[in-house]
Amino acid sequence: MIRDLALQGAQMLAVVVLAPLLTGLVRKMKARLLRRQGPPLIQPYRDLIRLIRKEVVLAEGASWLFRVIPYIIFAGTWVAASLVPTFGSGLLFSWSADLIAIIALLGSARFFLALAGLDVGTSFGGIGSSREVMIASLAEPAMLMIVFTLALIAGSTQLSTMAAYMATGEEGLRVSLGLALLALIMVAIAENARIPIDNPATHLELTMVHEAMVLEYSGRHLALIDLTSELKLLLYISVIGCLFAPWGIAGPDANPRAIAIGFVAYLAKLAVGGLLLAAFETAIAKMRVFRVPAFLGAALMLGLLGTLLLFVSGSL
Amino acid sequence: MRGNLAFDIAHMLAGTLVLVSFMQLYQDRLYALLNIYALHALVLAASVAWQAFIQDAPHLYLTAMIALVFKAIIIPVALHRIIVKLGIHREIETVVGVGPAMLLGMGLVALAMVVMLRVTAEADPLAREDLAFALSVVLLGLLMMVTRRNAVSQVIGFMSLENGLVLAATGAKGMPLVVEISVAFSVLIAFIVIGIFLFRIRERFDTVDVQALDRFRGERR
Repeated sequence: MIRDLALQGAQMLAVVVLAPLLTGLVRKMKARLLRRQGPPLIQPYRDLIRLIRKEVVLAEGASWLFRVIPYIIFAGTWVAASLVPTFGSGLLFSWSADLIAIIALLGSARFFLALAGLDVGTSFGGIGSSREVMIASLAEPAMLMIVFTLALIAGSTQLSTMAAYMATGEEGLRVSLGLALLALIMVAIAENARIPIDNPATHLELTMVHEAMVLEYSGRHLALIDLTSELKLLLYISVIGCLFAPWGIAGPDANPRAIAIGFVAYLAKLAVGGLLLAAFETAIAKMRVFRVPAFLGAALMLGLLGTLLLFVSGSL
Repeated sequence: MRGNLAFDIAHMLAGTLVLVSFMQLYQDRLYALLNIYALHALVLAASVAWQAFIQDAPHLYLTAMIALVFKAIIIPVALHRIIVKLGIHREIETVVGVGPAMLLGMGLVALAMVVMLRVTAEADPLAREDLAFALSVVLLGLLMMVTRRNAVSQVIGFMSLENGLVLAATGAKGMPLVVEISVAFSVLIAFIVIGIFLFRIRERFDTVDVQALDRFRGERR
């Protein structure tokens, strides 16, 4: 019990400490691929510390909701990220680590963020919120289809059970799994506001989505929101890692050595995920906002195809 | 069915081919479409080579080579040149949008599954699914030809349809090499004929939009 609690605590700490490093890695890699020097790896930490020290400037029309929301969304995302099995699956709360619950946590965080964008009443916040909700309304069905596919294969929606099942290699290569992986990557790109959907590094009015919503935030609120989006990126890479590359995850009753191996494997997975993301973002151009439905529709279609394949090949 | 890696990989490659067919439907730029077509042929070559390996059938390696050299290199390069020569590399022409086309494609895949799995009830489950995938690729190629107005994209649809045929033929054991070679060459000849026609259409009507032909025949939309 104590041991599980300690592991759970270690995971909570690890995700929040590693998240800015991952973002730093992606930024550095992108800069290097463009043959620029790039900021140092620890720059996101420095940014967070600087923002926390700064004074909060509130807009005139801001309600109490506006001040509370950064804490709400940070808490929701942090809880979701601590439930995903990263280096070990024997966590205290792994019984509640249901994939649908994690989606719900992220969905409510997004709902509050969209409210915050609308709260001050500026046009940018409104445009950001409306676009974010449009993207979400397309990404969530796709995500649920992916969950159905995976749950049908693994026989559970609980992440630790699914990871354990995938790690046995019993299933072999399945076309549905490949389709689900592709769809999950597309959804992850959309959810994290990465390049073909949204550019995290721009403040150009016509294109920004996430940045438009949080334009009115400053100081420690902005620090929390930045940390939240970094955590979300880490969460998605962890989910992909634990479902499709479940190697090295320590079991429920693992000894410290296995946990250490699991941790190193997790770091390697994060690094690989970050590098792939950076390479992908460098190679591709941002698409127009009106193309986003087609992109996410394709993700939904892949998820649907995966489920269909499972059903049809199972029943006939 | 489980744990058999050789069949799993064959299955995976066939599934990838269906996926690449969907990518073709999704792309509406001609250059990107050509690249995806080359990828399609590449996946086909890999799939055929894998079949040659697991069936221990050396003549299939030849089929894979044909797919690799002709379809993944020569035809895309030739089409690339045609596009450059015609100056149509920036044109986007679809009859229906990407979304409806994808939905139609889904329906076709479902149809292929249902039909194929019913018909081949007593065959080996993986072979059945492979055949269903091959039929899906054929149907998606047809869909591609129907939903595009640009003659070059229609040619690409035709070529990917033929890829589906080859996939079906190699998945089921025992298609003679002579048939395969003749299919490959007939497609090549069809390609050449279509190429010539493209230039003729272009010369006469200043466009490769096949709607121009309808207009010329006096049909009204």
